[in-house]
Amino acid sequence: MKFQSVILFFAFIITSSLSVAAQKPLRVAMVTDVGGVNDQSFNQSAWEGLQKSKKDLGVKASYQESKQDADYQANLETLYDAGNDLIWGIGFKMADAVLKAAKQNPKQKYAIIDYSFGDNTPPNVIGVMFKAEEGAFLAGYISAKMSKTNTVGFIGGMSVPIIHSFQYGYKAGAKYANKKIIILEQYSESFTDAAKGKAIANQMISKNADVVFHAAGAVGDGVIEAAKEKNKMAVGVDRDQNYLAPKNVITSSMKRVDNAIFEVVKDLKNGTFKGGTTVNYGLKDGAVDIAPSTSQMIPAALLKEVSELKKKIADGKIKIPSDEKGYAAYAKALK
Amino acid sequence: MKKFILSFFCVIGGLLVGSIVLKLSGISPTEAYQVMWNGAFTKPSYIAYIIIRSTPLILTGLSVAFAFRTGLFNIGSEGQFIMGALSAALCGYFFNFNPWIQIPLILMLSVFIASLYGGLAGLLKARFGVHEVISTIMLNWIALYLSNTIVMLEGFHKPNTETSQFISQSSSIAILENWKTSEAGIAWLASHPMLSDFMRPSINVAIVLALLATFFIWLILNRTSFGFKLKAVGQSLEAARYAGINVNKKMTYSMMIAGGLSGLAGATHVMGVSKNIAILAAHEGYGFDGIAVSLIGANSPFGVLISGFFLGTLKYSGQKIQSALEAPSEVISIMIGAIIFFIAIPSLFEPLYEKFFSVGRKRE
Repeated sequence: MKFQSVILFFAFIITSSLSVAAQKPLRVAMVTDVGGVNDQSFNQSAWEGLQKSKKDLGVKASYQESKQDADYQANLETLYDAGNDLIWGIGFKMADAVLKAAKQNPKQKYAIIDYSFGDNTPPNVIGVMFKAEEGAFLAGYISAKMSKTNTVGFIGGMSVPIIHSFQYGYKAGAKYANKKIIILEQYSESFTDAAKGKAIANQMISKNADVVFHAAGAVGDGVIEAAKEKNKMAVGVDRDQNYLAPKNVITSSMKRVDNAIFEVVKDLKNGTFKGGTTVNYGLKDGAVDIAPSTSQMIPAALLKEVSELKKKIADGKIKIPSDEKGYAAYAKALK
Repeated sequence: MKKFILSFFCVIGGLLVGSIVLKLSGISPTEAYQVMWNGAFTKPSYIAYIIIRSTPLILTGLSVAFAFRTGLFNIGSEGQFIMGALSAALCGYFFNFNPWIQIPLILMLSVFIASLYGGLAGLLKARFGVHEVISTIMLNWIALYLSNTIVMLEGFHKPNTETSQFISQSSSIAILENWKTSEAGIAWLASHPMLSDFMRPSINVAIVLALLATFFIWLILNRTSFGFKLKAVGQSLEAARYAGINVNKKMTYSMMIAGGLSGLAGATHVMGVSKNIAILAAHEGYGFDGIAVSLIGANSPFGVLISGFFLGTLKYSGQKIQSALEAPSEVISIMIGAIIFFIAIPSLFEPLYEKFFSVGRKRE
């Protein structure tokens, strides 16, 4: 027992000296989900956000990759022991682990991407959500304007709220551009089955759709492939997916995890950390947008319309629905 | 004994390769190993994490080692792990008896199902001569997609997530889980900081089961005629058949036991740590790591126990160099790979062994 106390004593010295040393530059760290830091998707984008914070705000940044779902708790604790000022959990999969850690260490600040604890948010946690419907709205608007057959398609991964915001945002945008547009919708019940995405996209194309939008993770690879083979148009999601089919992907509804992370770290530095709340970042904050490659894919006149539309959304002049009920009201008002 | 010493050499060799890789990526190896050491042994909660981390590796390692002693290469540990985890998650959610009935029931059912799954590969080999390496690899994928399909079924799937429902409280094998967060528990633990820190991770009884399993596997292999026959089959199939051993039956039994061990790893993982199962995009690697554990442990039960702890420690503390030194945590995988590589070429270290230890042997 004495030996253990000695060890504990030294551990205490080490950790406390660390936290003293850490008082000057802020330390921010993140735990990735099992995708890892080079996943070409939101984990990578999150790390880019932290690197930008390091460059522009002078914070110290580090990350910890999770290899298995069971790693989340251990990794959050590793970063806690390292004496960070703010610890990020990247992705809704980490919600349970972040909540548990936040309750265990009430003085440590945590933040999570893509999850809202709602009214139960502990005072040391901030939830970060994206107004995906705003990016999808622009994508829908572009799709409807570009369609020659007056038919566009939406393919969703699973019928969950986060995908609904894409679906109804997209539909609202398409209807905004053209009230008579026909919108085909289908769920693939998967985020990984590219073959299924291709089959659904082909089916939609055979029903006369010439633009297909997907919010379905890797299923979308199949959707874009189908559009490429049939020489139709596709719309990507989360990041600029134009590179998958440079002639066919006309735009992408992007989620800028990096910008959102940067905003929160900036708040932390300025002492305005909004603990205990969920923040919703949208077009106005640069957290959702359409892909930069869009400018080379669509006519200049349409591009101008889109940038005017962006201004209207940022000013709150257009109310974009994010669920079925909101969309029903929106569609009624449009008529 | 010779094998253990050789394994030890291989581990040292692996660590050396690791330092070279670290050096090449511009990180001081001594600093990295220091971070790993401190990250493994300086706090009671670290020890607890290592135990949790090592438990499934010990069990899957035993599974691979047991099959190997019977001359079978069980690559299917991964799939058997998934079957065990899936059965435990299903039973844990749909049954809700008294814990004293519930826990043994789930354990028995999951081990049984996983052993049938392992036995299937043994049967295919015995009956139709399908090589177990081929069949178990394919069975791994079947288990993965079967599990993914079942997770998404209405009634078992937790809405708006990629996971199943949580198992009932009575199925949990975590130690004093509710007490830890109760007022009395918090008050008591506050006055016992060491224990409190140790109890922070979801410490559970799986390690006891793993120790028991190690002992029983040793018992079967070394103290029963059944184990003797299994080993005879492993050493020479034809000789065993000539000696009147029913080789086909033994192969099936061996794979069943191996499958059961991996299934136990999966079941205890769900009941003690994760409490549910999730959609898997790829294999999580518990079973594949079991192959490494078995090889480093020289395919003997107690060797597996040690190497399971070793690999668990490496995997837990190795990740810490990532945030502390911005070092790539893949270094750990390279190290483990190098160790196995060295084990695969015994002639590399045998001269060393002869030089240092043959003196002692002569005296014997």
